[in-house]
Amino acid sequence: MGLTRRDFVKHSSAAVASVALTARGAHGLLPAVQQLGVNSLDGQLCMFALDAARSAGAEYADVRVVRTRRQVVRAREARVSGLQDTESAGVGVRVLVDGSWGFASSHLLQRPECVRLAALAVEQARANRVAGGKRVELAPVDAYPDGEWHSPIEIDPFDVALDEKVALLLAANAEALKVGGVRFVNSQIECMYTDTTFGSTAGSLIGQRVYRTYPAMTITALTSDGSEYQSRTSTEVQPMGLGYEHVIAADLEGRAAPWGEQAVQKLTATPVDPGRYDLILHPSNLFLTIHESIGHPTELDRALGYEASYAGTSFLSPPEAMIGTFRYGPEFMNVQADRTQRGALATVGWDDEGVPADSWPIVRDGVFVDYQTTREQAAWIAPLTGNDRSHGCAHAASWNRMPFQRMPNVSLLPGEQHLTIDDLIAATDRGILIEGRGSYSIDQQRYNFQFGGQVFHEIRNGVVVGMLRDVAYEGRTPEFWNSLDMLGGPRTYELGGTLYDGKGQPSTSNAVSHGCPPARFRNVSILNTSRTS
Amino acid sequence: MATILTEREAQALCNRALRHITADSAQVDVLSRVGANTRFAVNEVSSGGDVTDVVVTLSAQVGRQSASVTLNQRDDRALAEAGRKLEALVQLAPEDPELMSLLEPQTYVSVDAFFERSAELSAVARAEAVGTIIGQAREAGLIAAGFLAHDTTARAVANSAGLFAYHRSTVASLSTTVRTADGTGSGWAGTTHNDWDRIATPAALAARAIQKAEGSAAAMPVEPGKFTVVLEPTAVASLVTRMPAALDARAADEGRSPFARAGGGTTVGEQIADSRVTLRSDPSHPDILEQPFTDEGLALSPTVWVERGILRNLGYDRYWAAQRGRAPLPVGGGLVMEGGSASVDELVSSVERGLLVTRFWYIRPVNPRTLTYTGLTRDGTFLIENGRVTRAVKNLRFNESVLGMLSRVEALGTVERAIASESGGLGPAVVVPPLVIRDFTFTAVSDAV
Repeated sequence: MGLTRRDFVKHSSAAVASVALTARGAHGLLPAVQQLGVNSLDGQLCMFALDAARSAGAEYADVRVVRTRRQVVRAREARVSGLQDTESAGVGVRVLVDGSWGFASSHLLQRPECVRLAALAVEQARANRVAGGKRVELAPVDAYPDGEWHSPIEIDPFDVALDEKVALLLAANAEALKVGGVRFVNSQIECMYTDTTFGSTAGSLIGQRVYRTYPAMTITALTSDGSEYQSRTSTEVQPMGLGYEHVIAADLEGRAAPWGEQAVQKLTATPVDPGRYDLILHPSNLFLTIHESIGHPTELDRALGYEASYAGTSFLSPPEAMIGTFRYGPEFMNVQADRTQRGALATVGWDDEGVPADSWPIVRDGVFVDYQTTREQAAWIAPLTGNDRSHGCAHAASWNRMPFQRMPNVSLLPGEQHLTIDDLIAATDRGILIEGRGSYSIDQQRYNFQFGGQVFHEIRNGVVVGMLRDVAYEGRTPEFWNSLDMLGGPRTYELGGTLYDGKGQPSTSNAVSHGCPPARFRNVSILNTSRTS
Repeated sequence: MATILTEREAQALCNRALRHITADSAQVDVLSRVGANTRFAVNEVSSGGDVTDVVVTLSAQVGRQSASVTLNQRDDRALAEAGRKLEALVQLAPEDPELMSLLEPQTYVSVDAFFERSAELSAVARAEAVGTIIGQAREAGLIAAGFLAHDTTARAVANSAGLFAYHRSTVASLSTTVRTADGTGSGWAGTTHNDWDRIATPAALAARAIQKAEGSAAAMPVEPGKFTVVLEPTAVASLVTRMPAALDARAADEGRSPFARAGGGTTVGEQIADSRVTLRSDPSHPDILEQPFTDEGLALSPTVWVERGILRNLGYDRYWAAQRGRAPLPVGGGLVMEGGSASVDELVSSVERGLLVTRFWYIRPVNPRTLTYTGLTRDGTFLIENGRVTRAVKNLRFNESVLGMLSRVEALGTVERAIASESGGLGPAVVVPPLVIRDFTFTAVSDAV
């Protein structure tokens, strides 16, 4: 039975709603969440800082009290190579004075410090006003005076004993080292949470806890004479907005040997002949292509020049010439932005301006229809979209960063037919299947890209005939997406993600996921990376 | 006004934190930071920020077990809690056969990297500097974006063997991208130094970016291929700054490095670059002024890595040095590449046909064995014909080996402290010349401006 795009989105949202309900029901399992919210000390500090900002002259203010914890356990071969536990806490005060922003932050969670920060932020906003420019106007937002949300985890990774994590990594390393030719193995488990208590003069006070976990390994094989080495990373295992259950499900121990065998196989893989091939991209590779060539160019601040000096601008500009007009890809291509998707890295209850998590189309039936927005940006394109509300894309990387527009989860929806990756391979005469992320580079307007991968399989007459090496695909974003001609079905849809996507000055990182099925692209230019320089 | 910890305050905090560690072998690392920035785009100030932070890392060793805990609170209650957590962690930690004992007290070179003018830049002063750039761009009918940032930091390391190290520094950077209103031209200029008085003036910076923006409008493509290139200092910095991470002796000994020799051994003592290429690090160099010790307090001293094209040294951490029966040689303390005496214009005049590159973008590794990277030109790429810049060309993607490039040097210009980070903000301290390189490989044209 066919599944429409509308059905898929509806189905996904229903799943999220039920999980969110379960998570609230499990509230008692997460005692730290109780320190968030209206009656917590952090909530009281938020309210105090908001009063201080108002007294200092702010016409609008928001305050974030943020506490983060990150634990990384690293192992190399048969030993533990790192145990780190890092906590950071602080408060950031953002103010709007006469239409200009000011922001000040400190690690001191004290009332006198909040008074100092409020005054400093107001002073800065007034200084910034002197340089001129248009006034910031914020889109309307509802008040959420007692908001609360947390990631839908099953096992708190910080409740899991360290020796259990160490044992898991050493067991996985041992399995990889059993493969002849494997010489080096690095593995790690990274766990983190962020507690944010947000208050604003718009009447909201919201407590949230966001979890993220990432198990990973890199296996390196060496030729016997030491003349060549190749590595295989576990890129099918993605960072997720889940708990330790994700680490267990990743099964590093069970998959280490096959990954190790692929690392060895890469040593003798056939160097690719450069030229044009049909390309089948597995979700573990395609997610990052979506990130670079759809996620970033559909950021409204880029499109309007606000990131010109670092992250760049966008080929999707000006908005009035693009919205509802620009053909991104074929009619069956649909891309959804979504901050409600279960387990995805950019999933939250509210963004860092107190806007509830949203889900909206970016590309509908192959045509670009909307950007990513914050409260400051929504009005800029409201006449074009008919929407005067923010899509909830404001993000502050921590207490010491001013929120600005960052990427939500942006996903390519699966095809309506229930095709599998084997169906895509069977339909391909001369092609390459790419799994896993490799080296990625794209220009500052998101036109020209060169992307690699982990494992490259040669396809001849509908079957995989061997492994290739030194493969990179390059192209120009609009032509590339318009060469899309086959999509996997709903059962092939997977989430990939990155924990550290950089943007902004000072540079900040954002965690974001991208869902997609495997997809086929026709006649794509392939480079041999060992012969390019 | 918030300030960083003085040496006395940092030492007191280290000692207080050490008392909360029960293990016999204990180390404390303190990073105190006061930073601020002003950001601008579309000819207006778009945001800014002030941050005050003190990060404390407590580490403990028991036998061959070790662990560390990091927090950014420094009251006794928080430190005591961190000490308890550390104690639990270290007992759980498995034995690490590569763990080294604590360092004994060290002697450090003197580096005066603190400048009042950089530390005291106010929001008003930043807005004025940025306003100058915006004003000049507006006057020229162009659109400016950019970033001004300055940081004041104090770093201290102490351990229970009596080691104590302290370093304070300031650093500032200012960069701008100016674009034409129709989006067909873009120019960049940037400057950085520890001393605000030694960075380029906002007016000079704006003039350079404006000239590049206007000059790069209506660029035409050239066919990709091998070109002689004149790389401006920031373009050079963004590539040679990939070298220090590759200078690891263990990776070379294990066959995982561009400096590993097939069949075993390393290429130390061999010619790996043009005979005019010398790369060294020196924390006390007047245009580097880096912290003269590593994270564990090991002294950094001036080190030559590549001398007249010959690989002289690879970096040894303490464990690998002990394995190899030699003294450790840490990699750090900035990067200096020796240069010549020519300006960029003089280098251009020496090129019959080639490309002038302002800076690179989205540089990513392609082949670690050859130190090959890909990336793109950005914000001012020009065709050189008969010693003159004749027209703008569209941006190009390169695939090029850093080592290969340093073997194909045609000429070197006058060195300067350059911005090495793609973000244009505060980054590693790098002093490099502009370079003329032959046969630099471009593989595709980009439509991006």
